Amino acid sequence: MTQAQASPPVPKLSARGVNVFYGQKQAIKDVSIDIAMEHVTAFIGPSGCGKSTFLRTMNRMNDTVASARVTGDIRLDGEDIYSPAMDVVQLRARVGMVFQKPNPFPKSIYENVAYGPRIHGLATSKGEMDGIVERSLTRAGLWNEVKDRLTDSGTALSGGQQQRLCIARAIAVDPEVILMDEPCSALDPIATAKIEELIHELRGRYAIAIVTHNMQQAARVSQRTAFFHLGTLVEYGRTSDIFTNPRQERTKDYITGRYG
Amino acid sequence: MATGHEHTVKAFDRDIGHLRALISQMGGLAEQAISDAMLALSRNDPALAKEVRAKDKAIDAIEAEVEKLAVRVIALRAPMADDLREVVAALKIAAVIERIGDYAKNIAKRVGPIHGETHDPRIEPLSILPAMAQLASDMVHDVLDAFSARDAQAAIEICQRDNALDDYYNSIFRVLVTYMVENPKTISQVAHLLFVAKNLERIGDHATNVAEMVYFAATGQTLAERETSEFAG
Repeated sequence: MTQAQASPPVPKLSARGVNVFYGQKQAIKDVSIDIAMEHVTAFIGPSGCGKSTFLRTMNRMNDTVASARVTGDIRLDGEDIYSPAMDVVQLRARVGMVFQKPNPFPKSIYENVAYGPRIHGLATSKGEMDGIVERSLTRAGLWNEVKDRLTDSGTALSGGQQQRLCIARAIAVDPEVILMDEPCSALDPIATAKIEELIHELRGRYAIAIVTHNMQQAARVSQRTAFFHLGTLVEYGRTSDIFTNPRQERTKDYITGRYG
Repeated sequence: MATGHEHTVKAFDRDIGHLRALISQMGGLAEQAISDAMLALSRNDPALAKEVRAKDKAIDAIEAEVEKLAVRVIALRAPMADDLREVVAALKIAAVIERIGDYAKNIAKRVGPIHGETHDPRIEPLSILPAMAQLASDMVHDVLDAFSARDAQAAIEICQRDNALDDYYNSIFRVLVTYMVENPKTISQVAHLLFVAKNLERIGDHATNVAEMVYFAATGQTLAERETSEFAG
């Protein structure tokens, strides 16, 4: 009941009864959750609780893991993303992902951003592509730092810049949802703050789901928080409620540092 | 509401424990100040009254210590959920107890003026104040027990007791006004007694405020929210 009330009104991504198995082992048990546009949803929980696994079901990243099997229903705007009719490449353009460790391609900054729009045929001219690259880098808060060296290698940037480059790469294909798997865990506090500010700015255009081990970060960047434990979704609600007055004992023990 | 589980970081438990101990200590001093002030008043004991005024500094010092510790816990431990509510409540409760101490000190200050320089005949209405003081002091005592036990139910009951104290004040007010009319020579002394009664009534209000904070710390809801949700449901 409380979960239904806490759910945002118009879900962008909607999961119902999702289970994930790695071989015999069940990593996610019967998880149902809605992710809304213009909201940042944080997934928190101890290591091994399944939060990253669940995040990865939302753009079928688990397809790349041979032993992984996903059951249940996940819909993007009402469309079953696990249906055979779903084009996975197209899905991953609509549901972008940013990983824990910045992983720019060993190519120029420009090419890192232009790669996605090119394979998806989003630009018909050099001028148009230049526009996409500039817009994406600007939105990722990186343009002013790299505009004079777009031909430099992406891997030559600092860690924080690389992560913002990866975010620029993700938004270059104009996604609707952005999944972030611990995007700041390899960054220093200043770079982290820049990413958090960026998440805040991006929020208005996308539905964002972020996995984080840093509870302060979840509290700072998200409007909704989901707490996972042992593969189940224990509690899902407004971030302000979860961090001031969680309903479930397990949530409280975890966020107050009493877990385990 | 408390799980009773320890924090993984043990120093956090020690900090919270220290904070709670300071609040208890402050509360004990405030209670003592109320009863000593009333004793000084009924016995006409200027030395004891002076002692109450001097001891108020100890309450002020503990308040400052609570403030420092609470800020430190927030900065260093980043408390969440019931921990956060408890630290915030401790901070606010310390400020309220300090005020209660001030009211006790104010009662002690009136011991001289009430009894006067001369050896007036004992002012008769004085005898009804200690019972009121006992009610107020019990509220302070019980609300601090409720804080220690994180007992939301006890907090609700203490709030309800404030009505009895208000009734007491109203009846004492009438008695004192009547007394002044009948004994105009005593007006300045009895006016001081009126202030004593008012101070006791305010102490009850402050104890009620503390009870509301205890309720919030324990449940995460304000008492007002609870009442509206009860009416709704």
